[in-house]
Amino acid sequence: MDALKKLYGPAGWMAIIVALAVMVILVPVLALAVPEGSPLHLSAYTVTLFGKYLCYGMVALAMGMAWGYGGILSLGHGLFFALGGYAFGMYLMRMIGGLGQYGSVLPDFMVFLDWKDYPWWWAGTDNLGFALLLVVAAPGLLAFAFGWFAFRSRIKGVYFSIITQALTYAAMLLFFRNETGFGGNNGFTDFKFIAGYPIAAPETRATLFALTGFLLILALLACRFIVRSKFGRVLTAIRDAESRVMFCGYNPLPYKLAVWVFSAVLCGIAGALYVPQVGIINPSEMSPANSIEIAIWAAVGGRGTLLGPILGAGIVNAAKSWFTMSFPEYWLYFLGLIFVLVTLFLPQGVMGLLSKWKRAP
Amino acid sequence: MRVRALFYFFLLCQCLPAYALTQAQLAPLAGEDFDAKLTLIDQLGSRGDPSAKVLLQALTDKTVWIASNGQLLRLEGETYVDAATGAAVAANAEDLQDVVVNNRMQRHLDSALAGLTLFDADPKLRLAAAQALAERGDADLLPTIKKAQAQEQDAKIKSELTQAAALIELATGDAATRKAAVQALADADSPKVRALLADRIAKDTQGKIAEADPEVRLTIERALAAIDRRGVLAGYLARIFSGISLGSVLMLAALGLAITYGLMGVINMAHGEFLMLGAYATYVVQGVFRQHFPAQLDWYLPAALPAAFLAAFLVGVILERTVIRWLYGRPLESLLATWGLSLILIQAVRTFFGPQNVEVANPAWMSGGWEVIPNLILPYNRMVIIGFALAVLVAVWLILTRTRLGLFVRGVTQNRKMADCLGVPTSRVDTLTFGLGAGIAGLGGVALSQIGNVGPELGQAYIVDSFMVVVLGGVGQLAGTVAGGFGLGVVNKFLEPWIGAVLAKIAVLIFIIAFIQKRPQGLFAMKGRQADN
Amino acid sequence: MEARTVNSPASLSGESVSASHGHLLIPGELDLSHGVALYLEDINVSFDGFKAINRLSLTIDAGELRCIIGPNGAGKTTMMDVITGKTRPDSGTAFFGQTMDLTRMREPEIAHAGIGRKFQKPTVFEQHSVFDNLELALKTNKGIWSSLFSKLSGEQASRIDELLELIRLQDLRDRPAGLLAHGQKQWLEIGMLLAQEPKLLLLDEPVAGMTDAETERTAELFISLAGKHSLVVVEHDMEFVNSIARKVTVLHEGAVLAEGSMSDVQNDQRVIEVYLGR
Repeated sequence: MDALKKLYGPAGWMAIIVALAVMVILVPVLALAVPEGSPLHLSAYTVTLFGKYLCYGMVALAMGMAWGYGGILSLGHGLFFALGGYAFGMYLMRMIGGLGQYGSVLPDFMVFLDWKDYPWWWAGTDNLGFALLLVVAAPGLLAFAFGWFAFRSRIKGVYFSIITQALTYAAMLLFFRNETGFGGNNGFTDFKFIAGYPIAAPETRATLFALTGFLLILALLACRFIVRSKFGRVLTAIRDAESRVMFCGYNPLPYKLAVWVFSAVLCGIAGALYVPQVGIINPSEMSPANSIEIAIWAAVGGRGTLLGPILGAGIVNAAKSWFTMSFPEYWLYFLGLIFVLVTLFLPQGVMGLLSKWKRAP
Repeated sequence: MRVRALFYFFLLCQCLPAYALTQAQLAPLAGEDFDAKLTLIDQLGSRGDPSAKVLLQALTDKTVWIASNGQLLRLEGETYVDAATGAAVAANAEDLQDVVVNNRMQRHLDSALAGLTLFDADPKLRLAAAQALAERGDADLLPTIKKAQAQEQDAKIKSELTQAAALIELATGDAATRKAAVQALADADSPKVRALLADRIAKDTQGKIAEADPEVRLTIERALAAIDRRGVLAGYLARIFSGISLGSVLMLAALGLAITYGLMGVINMAHGEFLMLGAYATYVVQGVFRQHFPAQLDWYLPAALPAAFLAAFLVGVILERTVIRWLYGRPLESLLATWGLSLILIQAVRTFFGPQNVEVANPAWMSGGWEVIPNLILPYNRMVIIGFALAVLVAVWLILTRTRLGLFVRGVTQNRKMADCLGVPTSRVDTLTFGLGAGIAGLGGVALSQIGNVGPELGQAYIVDSFMVVVLGGVGQLAGTVAGGFGLGVVNKFLEPWIGAVLAKIAVLIFIIAFIQKRPQGLFAMKGRQADN
Repeated sequence: MEARTVNSPASLSGESVSASHGHLLIPGELDLSHGVALYLEDINVSFDGFKAINRLSLTIDAGELRCIIGPNGAGKTTMMDVITGKTRPDSGTAFFGQTMDLTRMREPEIAHAGIGRKFQKPTVFEQHSVFDNLELALKTNKGIWSSLFSKLSGEQASRIDELLELIRLQDLRDRPAGLLAHGQKQWLEIGMLLAQEPKLLLLDEPVAGMTDAETERTAELFISLAGKHSLVVVEHDMEFVNSIARKVTVLHEGAVLAEGSMSDVQNDQRVIEVYLGR
């Protein structure tokens, strides 16, 4: 408890408790208890939308850890997000049972491929516990293997970024193939049940939302603990002067690997929370463009902070929702400009702006 | 001349008169006796004079008519002529009766015509006839083919004839002839011959094998093996070629990237969009030619080169002046900002040209291909692109090594501060070099427009690959970019037929990751004390 | 563990006497039993055909303070790169003590074994406070789990205070290192080296950018460190070298040109030709 107390001041803890209360109590109440006609009522669409933002916030937080603190700019975080999503999506697909179009226990796309049985890599995915394990293990193991090879040969900076981009690109191509057994182009969709509850029911949606919010706060606390520990200081030291760290007797490999895998796992969890709320996962989540967008969320909010990336994810995605509804053809111009303007004029992001503004008067 | 002499000698031996035809000779055509007609056709086929050939062709084309007086006429253009002498004849179309040609006659006509063409003076026609005969495998023509083969001087036509004869003998001859035929066919490379040979020893639905003689069967198997061995070679050559072709495209795409990163430490994610701009410039130039110079449409491509270069160069210079120059030495930031630029460029192209692909046509002189050996046809457009890529490479190399700009570029690449102190106008060098890199990409776009779709996302498809080339080759190294580009291209094409295009890409990626384990700085990196700083 | 923390010349010499006959070789343990801290023999390093180090042989005794001078490009920094594992030699042997083959170890292992290095350009963790810089450098378990959960012990805190006093940065302990003056950064880096408790210190141009007073203090500091530690100082400042040097090695074109006392070296004809003379 002592360690927890140190993480934030009293004001910080107050804010966290308020946020938690909003998410766990206010939003579900507004969505479920307030009648539909009332202006205070939150539609299922809105709850899902906010839930989506929270998932993106978690991804941005993961990016902030790797990039902001570890100096590792990943252009492949969409892959880890999608892997977590696919891992949980497999479970959701199996929960459809015989309710698919063809009435088979197999998912429709497998019937379409004329497969007679689940391939071996689907084994055990009908078990919720195993599926949850997979959500953590799939991105974690891939990140570990990739990171180990990359960091061991001291690939860093843009080289690393470019290779992560190639990695997610290759994975996207792989998942686009029907034979890979993950539904090809269409991915997974038409989910029916989660842990026995109908997935589209307002109660389920509110629960998933509250769970996402709760896990995001937990993730934030974990990240805060990490960056405030000596581990966090070694990490930023590696970011700023890697060879000095080595000559101090630290081996940077396990440090980088640890934060990299942690970040990937966090992404995977976000993906697993995203899929049941949004109701679809397909290979386009792995496109390089998606991954690089994650980086800009962190940059907009302010890297080198923990709240910044979450804030950035919210700002960019709210803007995206607004643009795609009002001026869809201008969204890319706007996004492109954000990329340019933030890197040129806001290297510290919105958080930097806030702290400057706080200091000025 | 010797061919001609032999030819006449041969005709004399046939004891057939080589003088002009007469109506009397042609009389059977107007008669009722079918066998007499066939004999006449065959006789005509054995004659060497052009008039016989013209007549046979006319029969095939159904332009021979019987006048009311029994005279045979031939329609030549708008006028009727005497079928034997070619003299113009006045005739009333309503009085004419046509010469009935049934299927059997048609077969004899075909054979006779083909046989005649085999003795034509024009080697091109002879070759075409020989190939047509090999395709047809008409047993009736065997003697004619053998004769033609015996006197043929051109090696290629001769082997084509040998093949045609062998194919016929394979189906009809006795065991010894069949064996000899198979041995002759073992030199052939056409897929059809291979299929025919394989058919001879394959079990049909009843489990019977067409070739009865075991010894011939063995010979066929050996011949098949020999053909396959050569086929493998042709396959390898074809793959190397398509690998080089892909590699040259990758190299074109990566060349500018390597220069700008080496020089300024700027990762240009918008580089692919310069390719796209080049391709769209090609499209625009094509449109201008269609509208204003339709006669010279085939030559729009050379005109597109400067246009594409300039378009990409200008956009590159503008972007460098406004955005990129603030990002020198900050590769991660430059990566994000240029990605934003690429989004803007893509959307701008969508706004101006629409989101669909636009159509860019190959000029006529680039379609078709060169058949090096059977089964190996190298398309002209690919060959042009390889040549073009090499030309661009040489040009870049000359610019970097022989010009003042090149000297400055190399100076700034090695030590920016020092170059600055020595009075090198680094800021102008940066702008020009970035423009140059963009312009090279624009040229690459011209090449890409000739082999793939031109659409707003064109550049996105190449950005990952071209970065892989740079990573593999080592940053800022011309030689590395060349080796990386061609290496990736060839490896990709060799893996593709084996594991499929997607897995090949993944395998290449894994290979690159494994490779930089050993050489983190790429193939041609400079070794040095500061190498890993 | 006792033998690893050599705190006084007495314990160092005591060990070397008792262990000089029939002692056990413990892999990974520093063994200074023959009184030699560093052996370099026949080292070659070339970069694309350019021979940065050419058959270099050098021996540093335990507790010795050695100055290395030489014109630019003589191979001084490359030699340090070889010793600290940053550059692998093409051939040759490099031993730390009797047992540790430096050519087979990675940088953190070498640092952990007791070789500390100060770079030519002072490198400190600019975003971290002076205190944090020293804390990160402290000799302790440097694995990830202990970093994640460790807390600074009282002993470690007082050790850091001691070092702060030594490098005269007590008042600036909470200032980000990036805001220090150049000479202060040099000292902070020296302090970080000492926090590692190394046996061998490699110091690349330690007094560059220091005021005369600071330089003088640094000279005193180095002299006081000699005996407890072995020091290799690369320096261009001849006055400074003269003030601390007992033995000087002159490098030229990647090899040892001359070795001896400052006056010996200064009178060596070859040295005068390539370096000291016109």
